[in-house]
Amino acid sequence: MKKFFETVVEKILMVSGTITSLTIILIIVFLFSQATGLFNSSVVEENHSLVVNSQNRVQTLTPMQIKDIFDQEITSWIEVGGEDEDIIVFRFSDITSYVSEEELGDEFQFIPQVMSKIINENPAIIAFLPDQYLPNPTDGTRVMDCGDITLGDFFGGEEWFPTAQPAPLFGVLPLILGTLWVSLAAILFALPFGLAGAIFLSELASSRVRSLLKPIIELLAGIPSVVYGFFGLVVIVPLLQDWFNLAVGETALAGAIILAIMALPTIITVAEDAIRSVPRTIREASLALGASKFQTIVKVVIPYAVSGIMAAVVLGIGRAIGETMAVLMVTGNAAVIPTTLLEPVRTIPATIAAELGEAPTGGVHYEALFMLGVILFVITLVISITVEIIASKRPKQIM
Amino acid sequence: MSIIKASDVDFYYGDFHALKGISMEMERNSVTAFIGPSGCGKSTFLRLINRMNDLIDGTRLTGSIEVEGRNIYDKKIDVDTLRAEVGMVFQKPNPFAKSIFDNIAYGLRVNGVKDKAFIEQRVEESLRGAALWDEVKDKLKKSAFELSGGQQQRLCIARALAVQPKIILMDEPASALDPLSTAKIEDLIFTLKSDYTIVIVTHNMQQAARVSDKTAFFYLGELIEYDDTKKMFLSPQVEATQNYITGRFG
Ligand SMILES: Nc1ncnc2c1ncn2[C@@H]1O[C@H](COP(=O)(O)OP(=O)(O)O)[C@@H](O)[C@H]1O
Ligand SMILES: [Mg+2]
Repeated sequence: MKKFFETVVEKILMVSGTITSLTIILIIVFLFSQATGLFNSSVVEENHSLVVNSQNRVQTLTPMQIKDIFDQEITSWIEVGGEDEDIIVFRFSDITSYVSEEELGDEFQFIPQVMSKIINENPAIIAFLPDQYLPNPTDGTRVMDCGDITLGDFFGGEEWFPTAQPAPLFGVLPLILGTLWVSLAAILFALPFGLAGAIFLSELASSRVRSLLKPIIELLAGIPSVVYGFFGLVVIVPLLQDWFNLAVGETALAGAIILAIMALPTIITVAEDAIRSVPRTIREASLALGASKFQTIVKVVIPYAVSGIMAAVVLGIGRAIGETMAVLMVTGNAAVIPTTLLEPVRTIPATIAAELGEAPTGGVHYEALFMLGVILFVITLVISITVEIIASKRPKQIM
Repeated sequence: MSIIKASDVDFYYGDFHALKGISMEMERNSVTAFIGPSGCGKSTFLRLINRMNDLIDGTRLTGSIEVEGRNIYDKKIDVDTLRAEVGMVFQKPNPFAKSIFDNIAYGLRVNGVKDKAFIEQRVEESLRGAALWDEVKDKLKKSAFELSGGQQQRLCIARALAVQPKIILMDEPASALDPLSTAKIEDLIFTLKSDYTIVIVTHNMQQAARVSDKTAFFYLGELIEYDDTKKMFLSPQVEATQNYITGRFG
């Protein structure tokens, strides 16, 4: 009877374990499958094309060049390898300033002919058209072949502008750097304070103080991040603006400070547990040699607890890298490569949260956001594997 | 003159009266063994000699303990200095998470020694003193955790020797070790006697008989009998001692 019961429990455990693992794997597979379409998408917006005069010597344009041309940052074909001619930018809505509405036909059936006429008359034109109105390719016009979005565009691109027309820009460098920048600064702030807090709680505080402080700190870990974000917005942002005389206080620094505050409870509790689990006899061995309490903490207790302290740091970093709401609220969200902590930045999670709602399902923008999720996943994975390796290098104690 | 002298020591953990009216003296360069059933206060008394019980909240001591004629519970005594003079070896090996070399050098460094050559010399002397040098001389930079349990315990003894204490307190130093390692530790105690005063707590009657000059039998917080080891084992004066030694209780 007992045997039967145990077998059943064993089976249940096995099944639930398998289901959990499968779910996690499925989530990862889903993430990747949603994201991979990105590199098969054309640079130019879906179902649209760029058309030029067939005489034009320019064969291809990068997403960045396309954006600059349509923003009139680039004004001559010579800048992109063509003739020394001023570029004429043509958006589909411009058509009525070239011809009258009657000429387009009742059902716009004449647009392709009209377009080929316009393009033939203006050799320096670049026209951004919906595919259904493309002029006949034999008529002295040519669809510019800009290819697909490349890995280089994505990982090397310095601009994130997913709604740009005709070619959205998916350069994730500013987002990756923004994320690392804010998280790293947050950890640098949080680590000394977190360690100090953990040492105070575990070694110096009387048991009454500890039993009072510990629940409060644990409570802090449970406060929703919007609340932290709100606090950051009304307290820290104006403070920074004042201190550093900034035009805007929403900066990487504000994000780092809020993240540090948010990561502190985790770091303190986990590191405190690690320090407290150092055997009492290790402390006594140090004291018995004539070491002071302070020497004992710094030279013996902390080195002994180092793997637990590292776990605390990883959890802290994990919280910082993945944190969305609070960061979204206080960092200004400018997708610009940061050079100092006093500039606005935008992080990967904040980008996903802010843009997923307006990105059409299955579109390039949507896929790019999933790719950001993949990147976040990889960053976290790399960090935890690194720490795992460092921690496993430490030999275990025999007894 | 005796090096350790306890007079009318009463000790309390909170309300619990753990030691009752202990008075005894220990000779320089001798080995004194504390025996008695579990919980009778052997460790408590041992840990009073280097004030290790100061770490426990709510304890109280009356009477006095003198080391080399000074009351160590006097307010003017610097506890860190006292502990550098009264070394301790614990029940389980407890090396630091450091290299073998740094484990030994630690005691010197925290006591302000900076001279590298001197530290190296002391590390070697201490390891030789603990009969460990030949086994570890080629891997001083390795983690202490890579040593076997018996080696770790001898490392802990070497660590205590490095700061050149006058007294070494050992609380069941071999109870976690195999018979071979135990024999090594016992040999070691025998040779260390010429330079140090040793107080050892042990559960093992044979061990007490083998290594000690004098033996003290504790029971329920009281010192029942204290005499030359030979006399204690051959003709104990108190019946309780006799019963304990012959294994009738404990
Ligand atoms: N930290 C402590 N707090 C309260 N009581 C203690 C503490 N340490 C030991 N005791 C008690 O004091 C008595 C003596 O303990 P101990 O000296 O460890 O005995 P022994 O070493 O002879 O086995 C035991 O009854 C034990 O329960
Ligand atoms: Mg004991």
